[in-house]
Amino acid sequence: MAAITLSGVVKSYGRVTAVHGIDLEIAHNEFVVLVGPSGCGKSTTLRMIAGLEEISGGEIRIGGRLVNDLPPRKRNISMVFQNYALYPHMTVRENLGFGLKIAGQPPAVVAERVAEAAAILGLAELLDRVPGELSGGQRQRVAMGRAIVRHPDAFLFDEPLSNLDAKLRGQMRAEIKKLHQKVETTVVYVTHDQVEAMTLADRIVVMRDGRIEQTGTPIEVFSHPVNTFVAGFIGSPPMNMLPARVSGGALRLADGTGIALPERLAGRAPEGAEVILGIRPDDLSPVGHGLIEAGQGAEVEMTVEIAEPLGMESLILSRLGGQEVQAKLYGPRFVAPGERLTFRIALDRAHLFDAATGRALEAG
Amino acid sequence: MTALLRTHRTDPAPFLLLAPAVLVMLSVVALPLVFSLWTSLTPYRLTRPETIGAFIGLRNYIRLFSDGAFWAAFGRTLLFLVIALNVEFLLGLGIALLINRITWGQRTLRTVMMFPMMFSPILVGFQFKFLFNDHIGIVNNALQSLGLIDFAIPWLVDGRLAMFSIIFAEVWMSTSVFAILLLAGLFAMPRDPIEAAKVDGCNPWQVFRHITLPFLMPFVYIAMTIRSLDVARAYDIVKVMTDGGPAGRTELLWTLIARTGYENARMGQANAMAYVSTVLSVLFTWYFARKLIAARRTMGGAE
Ligand SMILES: Nc1ncnc2c1ncn2[C@@H]1O[C@H](COP(=O)(O)OP(=O)(O)OP(=O)(O)O)[C@@H](O)[C@H]1O
Ligand SMILES: [Mg+2]
Repeated sequence: MAAITLSGVVKSYGRVTAVHGIDLEIAHNEFVVLVGPSGCGKSTTLRMIAGLEEISGGEIRIGGRLVNDLPPRKRNISMVFQNYALYPHMTVRENLGFGLKIAGQPPAVVAERVAEAAAILGLAELLDRVPGELSGGQRQRVAMGRAIVRHPDAFLFDEPLSNLDAKLRGQMRAEIKKLHQKVETTVVYVTHDQVEAMTLADRIVVMRDGRIEQTGTPIEVFSHPVNTFVAGFIGSPPMNMLPARVSGGALRLADGTGIALPERLAGRAPEGAEVILGIRPDDLSPVGHGLIEAGQGAEVEMTVEIAEPLGMESLILSRLGGQEVQAKLYGPRFVAPGERLTFRIALDRAHLFDAATGRALEAG
Repeated sequence: MTALLRTHRTDPAPFLLLAPAVLVMLSVVALPLVFSLWTSLTPYRLTRPETIGAFIGLRNYIRLFSDGAFWAAFGRTLLFLVIALNVEFLLGLGIALLINRITWGQRTLRTVMMFPMMFSPILVGFQFKFLFNDHIGIVNNALQSLGLIDFAIPWLVDGRLAMFSIIFAEVWMSTSVFAILLLAGLFAMPRDPIEAAKVDGCNPWQVFRHITLPFLMPFVYIAMTIRSLDVARAYDIVKVMTDGGPAGRTELLWTLIARTGYENARMGQANAMAYVSTVLSVLFTWYFARKLIAARRTMGGAE
């Protein structure tokens, strides 16, 4: 149990720089999720914390101790790998107890801790099998069990659920969350799945191209994305981004559609500024079928191109300002392609970004 | 089901198609086997062909069991086998681990490593016979020039040293079999369990001992099987280097069998010896194959 601090951590592979100076403070017992598109350096960052990759610059501290030059075995961390990385020639019992045995724990202690972990993860019946005789989900559990028996200072997870099917993934996600509440430990969790990130994290770290774009609680990152990248990455379905120009106190979209500039955002963009209006699909709903109270926000007419009914809600693909947008319709209602509906935009939850830099336009 | 059986029974095509293969197998494998087994039950002498007809039952075999020279050769072959396999395994493992580490020039080294396997064993025998010659051999010459010894070491003349020299030649020639197979094993090895072990607290030696080595064991057993068959029939190197001498101190099973069969012309007796020695090979193969199967069973989840 310990805090982890990264300051100016750089990783280069020859001429390629995978991580460009990352600063991150992870508090004791915090569950931090590194999220970002493929190749953004999440795994590399995690592996540097684990000591599996040498760092090319900066400092990593675990529990206040500088670990830059310590091999993985001296860092007292556990890691769960994407491919489970179980020891194929050992039984589940041996897999779980291996780290303790190596640490020189007496057999009685090993047996006790293995039993404890097996109980937490429901592995008791599988203890005498070898990994080749387990299903994916069971292997995943063994990998987690192997991590928790050692009572490490921190858990590192590298996309532990990406090899599981959707249902099992949901189940394991809940188990990981429970596990974190049970065995209080610092967790660094890597995923490219923003749903996993939102549901698990105390704090989300959004990365792109080896840099941290934003750090914050799931709600912060969701409601106050600092730029168009974070806005587009967090939230599903992704936020609609509409280029617009500020003119006469209103936003004029590419095709001339005018939308009143909401008061909340009015001060942030000067007259004539090129901006991007960000609207989440949940904030764009047909009148009477959304979460937006009547009389609020702006109203636009759009033609439905495609409707994807999901049961309690439908995803509607349409066009606004000459651009494809996704909207959400709440309640079970059939929508035919080509139907013209009046949509309401929850402008109080809309986002405004600078068109040139992509940065969120801040108040004042 | 019955209909299926009936068509099979009446249709001659499959049997006709299989016939050539069956005939070849019969003439190449079965016939010589039966012939040699038969001769081992006769007092067959190459110089007196008519003796091939005289059936004497198991007398050749019974004589073998009280034949000290045969059992000495048997024991020596076993010793030769055990020492050569272990040394080759350890050296091959070392070489494979080192080559696996280097990133530059690995292909070239891999090829160079195979060179000894490309030479005929007879030539390897002649080469080492020269190297270890006590008067003109390069080994003694070098040792003397370096001032390490001031006498000639009788490499091929002293019984124990001769055995050592032969094993040395054998190891030189065939260590690369182990090296190549183990290197293939190392290439096929998944990286994840090794990293997991590092995180789990293993130092490099423990990673090797608990993860790498168990993973390599199937490859080791394959190499052991191949090599045990190879070494158990060792003949050419010994024939050339010492011809079983001095005074029969390096006589191995097959040099003894060849001597009995061709030099003494007692083919019946020689074939009896050959059948008993085959048992040795079969035992080794069976042992390693069992180990291999056991090791492979658990490697199912290695991906
Ligand atoms: N050994 C290596 N040599 C050179 N470049 C590497 C190496 N390992 C990773 N990289 C590069 O570093 C960058 C970050 O890789 P990393 O594995 O951290 O991505 P990631 O965020 O984990 O992606 P994913 O979601 O696909 O796992 C990538 O552009 C990758 O090509
Ligand atoms: Mg990754």
